[in-house]
Amino acid sequence: MISEKTPASSAACETCPVHHAAYLLKLGVEMDEWDFVVALAGNPNTGKSTVFNALTGLRQHTGNWPGKTVTRAEGGFKYDGQTYKLVDLPGTYSLLSTALDEEIARDFILFGRPDVTVITVDATRLERNLNLVLQILEITERVVICLNLMDEARRHGLQVDHRRLARDLGVPVVPTAARYGEGLDLLVQTIAEMASGRIANKPHRIQHLSPDLQQAVIKLSKQIEMVFPGVPNTRWVALRLLDGDERIAQAITEGELGDLSNGIQDRSERIRDLGVEAV
Amino acid sequence: MDEMSELTPDDILKTAKSLRWESGGNIHERVVEAIYTDAARIAERAVTRPDERPRFDLDRAIDRVVTSKIWGFPLMVFLFTLIFWITISGANVPSKLIASFLLDTIYPILRDGAVEIGMPLWLSGLLIDGMYLATAWVISVMLPPMAIFFPLFTLLEDFGYLPRMAFNLDKIFKRTGAHGKQALSMMMGFGCNAAGVIATRIIDSPRERLIAIITNNFALCNGRWPTQILIATIFIGTLVPAHLAGLISALSVIAIALLGVFITFAVSWFLSRTWLRGQVSTFSLELPPYRPPRILQTIYTSLIDRTIFVLWRAVVFALPAGALIWLSANLHIGELNIAEHLIDLLNPFGLFLGLNGVILLAYVLAIPANEIVIPTVLMLTVMVTGLHGLGAGAGVMFELESASATLSILSSGGWTLLTAVNLMLFSLLHNPCSTTLFTIYKETGSLKWTAVSGLLPLVLGFAVTFAVAQVWRLIAGIAGA
Repeated sequence: MISEKTPASSAACETCPVHHAAYLLKLGVEMDEWDFVVALAGNPNTGKSTVFNALTGLRQHTGNWPGKTVTRAEGGFKYDGQTYKLVDLPGTYSLLSTALDEEIARDFILFGRPDVTVITVDATRLERNLNLVLQILEITERVVICLNLMDEARRHGLQVDHRRLARDLGVPVVPTAARYGEGLDLLVQTIAEMASGRIANKPHRIQHLSPDLQQAVIKLSKQIEMVFPGVPNTRWVALRLLDGDERIAQAITEGELGDLSNGIQDRSERIRDLGVEAV
Repeated sequence: MDEMSELTPDDILKTAKSLRWESGGNIHERVVEAIYTDAARIAERAVTRPDERPRFDLDRAIDRVVTSKIWGFPLMVFLFTLIFWITISGANVPSKLIASFLLDTIYPILRDGAVEIGMPLWLSGLLIDGMYLATAWVISVMLPPMAIFFPLFTLLEDFGYLPRMAFNLDKIFKRTGAHGKQALSMMMGFGCNAAGVIATRIIDSPRERLIAIITNNFALCNGRWPTQILIATIFIGTLVPAHLAGLISALSVIAIALLGVFITFAVSWFLSRTWLRGQVSTFSLELPPYRPPRILQTIYTSLIDRTIFVLWRAVVFALPAGALIWLSANLHIGELNIAEHLIDLLNPFGLFLGLNGVILLAYVLAIPANEIVIPTVLMLTVMVTGLHGLGAGAGVMFELESASATLSILSSGGWTLLTAVNLMLFSLLHNPCSTTLFTIYKETGSLKWTAVSGLLPLVLGFAVTFAVAQVWRLIAGIAGA
């Protein structure tokens, strides 16, 4: 969860991690190696590119229409001595279909195994945005929610309880207004804490599955666990197989899923491969 | 069965298949439903809505007007006419300032400097009269309109109007077999076709993206507006009483632009029924909330991302073009220089199309950038007709201060109203500039489609100007008899 520290004195400020925000170094695209990979996902038109630009100092074009980020953009930033590679994924409403942009985003989160996945969420359209969040939480638990467009929510008189949301989703939620730079320092800090494993997650799992489906998922994920020990998201893989997802079936027969269970030593290589496919 | 030791990946798939059968098949719906139920519950707990009833929703009110069946289209035409009007009239002053700086101040200094250091005449001609002047023209004619058009366009984009426009045009594009998002790349093409071609990246399906790329050239780009406006002013505006001249010439330019939109639809329809047959993809277009545009940021990013980017490419191509133009007017084969040979060669075909050799040669020389068509036409006409006291010598491009002086030059070059109308049509329908072609090649990676994008409009241009010339001459013949 977000640690909300209230410094008692100016000396406490020095020790507060937020204090380091001033040390955020925007690296643009100039980076050869990195310590952590951060994926940026979210529905279209939630300010994803704005967050990306704010963190990397790049000026990827932003526009007020959905789907304008077409190629995957990459950039970097340095914070507190660590280097982060930030990958802006295409904006999607879901990860369940075979549309190209959804596949790019899904493959990157699943096979690229980013250290942190930041999901930008439109605070004024929380319900629809959560559909994507819940799907990503099934794939990876290393998620930070960037509850964006808080300025618009305020304008519409909406109150969004980000603490309650964080409790329900089991991952940190950082309220932001990226257009005005609000909340981004806390976002960077949370990303850093998540990347270095200082935050423990208890991600929400889809609950309202009917009992028979629940049973089928358990049975199938047990088998997957046996064949591919260590795959972190057997439940989700099982769900996709039950749904008849060809791409996942292919990952099983061709051993891509096996790579996931072999640990993460060749991760950067896999990311590079995905990059070629995606662009 | 010994599951524990013998389990293989294929077994997993088999289990999945049998479980899928057992569950009755509608798993996708049930998973989606479960996700939606969870999402709704979590959202409900987190969000407190204001107690008041849903009050007047400004966004919806605006949407009702801008996407309405009655007002949607007129409003679109009005907004774009407004943007073009601001662009055209606003660009005039800075264009003149830049032109007078680059042409009247820097140009003589360069020439004097060349004489001072004893540069040979051919070299100073090639470098200064050719390459420098062509680039100076491109910058002074191209930079101001782009620096006005792109920020205005980006403001509309930032505000949230573009998706509404795509919404309006979606039905027509779909009926032609193209993608609804093509509306967006087409609008971008009105600023610059190279930028429009890049904008087609928003279209996922390669088939529909190719249609959008090939037809983008029919969006009349900024570089061609000056030609349209000048020719409309001196040939069509003078047909009507003076107080109507401005309006009529503006309307004839708008008519050409609308013809371009119509041809976009027609060619998209044709392509999707011949070489690029296939499914029309559907897409869900979210109408995002209107947001107050960030004016300073918009101006900055659109200047950096679009204007400077496009201008740089144009300059890169203008430099060799300037050299070519100067060389063609200064290298002689026998009595005549290369340009005159080429004009003689092209003249019969040009006249056949209701144009002339000078125009065709100007369009060949101006492939790098449409902006230099008019200066090149004037230079070549003066050269061919042997008028004296105008311009600054062979291969030196120029433009005249007054429209009437231009009219008298062109008339002595044998221009008629038919030449003018056909030039306007040909300016709409001819191969894209080399910047755009290069962009098409980079985006498609295919020489074949680059060639199609280049040749298709050209063939269409020949056909249309030929047809107009035939009908025109027929009517003129009947009227004359």
